[in-house]
Amino acid sequence: MKPDGEALTLNEYQRIGGYRGIRKALQLAPKEITDVVTKSELRGRGGAGFPTGSKWTFVPIGKDAPHPKYLVANADEMEPGTFKDRYLLEGNPHQLLEGMMIAARAIEADVAYVFLRGEYVLAAERLSRAIAEAYAAGHLGKKIFGSEVNLELYLHISAGRYMCGEETGLLNALEGKRANPRAKPPFPQTSGLFGKPTIVQNVETLSNLPHILNNGADWFKSLSRSSDAGTKLYGASGKVKRPGLWELPMGITIRELLEEHSGGMRDGVQFRGVLPGGASTDFLTEQHLDVKMDFIDVEKAGSRLGTGTMIVLDDQTCPVGMVWNLEYFFAQESCGWCTPCWSGLRWAERILGAFEQGQGSEADLEKLAWITKFCAPGNTFCALAPGAVEPLQSALKYFREDFLRHVREKRCPWR
Amino acid sequence: MLSPEERQEIEAELPRYPQKQAVCIDAMKIVQRHRGWVSDESIRDIAELLDISPDELDGVATFYNLIYRKPVGRHVILLCNSVSCWVMGYERLRERLYQRLGIQLGETTPDGRFTLLPIVCLGTCDHAPALMVDNDLHRDLSPDSVDRILENYQ
Repeated sequence: MKPDGEALTLNEYQRIGGYRGIRKALQLAPKEITDVVTKSELRGRGGAGFPTGSKWTFVPIGKDAPHPKYLVANADEMEPGTFKDRYLLEGNPHQLLEGMMIAARAIEADVAYVFLRGEYVLAAERLSRAIAEAYAAGHLGKKIFGSEVNLELYLHISAGRYMCGEETGLLNALEGKRANPRAKPPFPQTSGLFGKPTIVQNVETLSNLPHILNNGADWFKSLSRSSDAGTKLYGASGKVKRPGLWELPMGITIRELLEEHSGGMRDGVQFRGVLPGGASTDFLTEQHLDVKMDFIDVEKAGSRLGTGTMIVLDDQTCPVGMVWNLEYFFAQESCGWCTPCWSGLRWAERILGAFEQGQGSEADLEKLAWITKFCAPGNTFCALAPGAVEPLQSALKYFREDFLRHVREKRCPWR
Repeated sequence: MLSPEERQEIEAELPRYPQKQAVCIDAMKIVQRHRGWVSDESIRDIAELLDISPDELDGVATFYNLIYRKPVGRHVILLCNSVSCWVMGYERLRERLYQRLGIQLGETTPDGRFTLLPIVCLGTCDHAPALMVDNDLHRDLSPDSVDRILENYQ
């Protein structure tokens, strides 16, 4: 990416090796592309961390497979605290397009969509330009790169709703419906968009593919410092000296991100905790600073890597107020499809609001703890509510004394 | 009635999807770009063009944050109220906007200049707090910088 943040044009991208990965991929059979990506151990960068290669193997391949098949880039970045895909979309749209071409080839997709959130206006402009450049160069459309492969690629600009980031909600949104989740099975890999085999993949995941194809699976794995492969876009927001986004080896520690890359806490504030990967991940605290930011280690510490963009809580910010803000968001964005989510999250949000008004009680803490179980995986239709209660359940664990102070003082001590 | 331009723009989207209904969100956004919002009449017209029921289309319209089913001002302010902006001073920003505009979230100034709406995370958390006015993103804001920004939108 350029230091000034301008997008690379097609020519600039090609000059630094762009569109070599897809040229290689077009020499391979779809299964061989999937094998390379499986071997690279690339895991999805959208939050769930599903292995990319394995995801593709569920798509029917060959001459008996149903067509058209679809590849969708999930560019609906809406997880609060997450701002990584914005940089990729605005700074290097061709890298995403090339990644999409490679993924499309691996599953023999005929049509690809970029599902972009409506507020990303600059990304929309730059993607539209990049798509036009790619069509003009023969990289998209009929017989791409002079091969026998056809691929149409369109940009869909969403009208906004957190649920659109959920894989099946996104598919409903693309079909012009409310973005409610769908029952699984059938999984999108066999029956997705318009009932056809579909792969939905995060922008960062797709942007890794050209480099994996170019440099090989072993190279990708060697970039990491931990048992999870590759590099990762890490970010930090909150009251640190230098909030920002960095591409770093997978497995860098929270302390390194916080102290070296973010420059430590701002003067006059102390670190209290961190949501390691966006709003729907559990808080980690001081004792976890040396945890490696990869899928396995963050999970062992009781949270999730999520999107890898961490939100820092400081001692001048009320943890109860912060969790209220988070649950307000999730309650608002619940699609209303299943009861634990629409009822449980709104209930939690109201109780948290009461704490902030000085009307919380110790018994309310038990209610909040109960709601986190009510919304746990298995009780809900999709992952929204289980994710939503992650910061709540960990706040009850780590910041219980702060809740009790609200009860004793009958007010928010930070206001 | 949809204008010829609106109809043409909507029809240009049709080849991108195998089913007509899939165009409905684009269609509402096209109408909104021309008229500022999506009226009941527009819902009926778009539904007819795309062979879906007006009620179903309204169900879709009301699901999405960025489809306006009521008239809005000449400029729409989308104020991010999600967690990073909240930590970095969203509430002070909101109070200043209330004071300057004399309206609350969800309202339009009496002169029709601004509508103030909350928005979920704008994905620019390393430059929080942030807001958008129309298509422009403004970041690293303080209450004072908000005053200067508003002047640019008449």
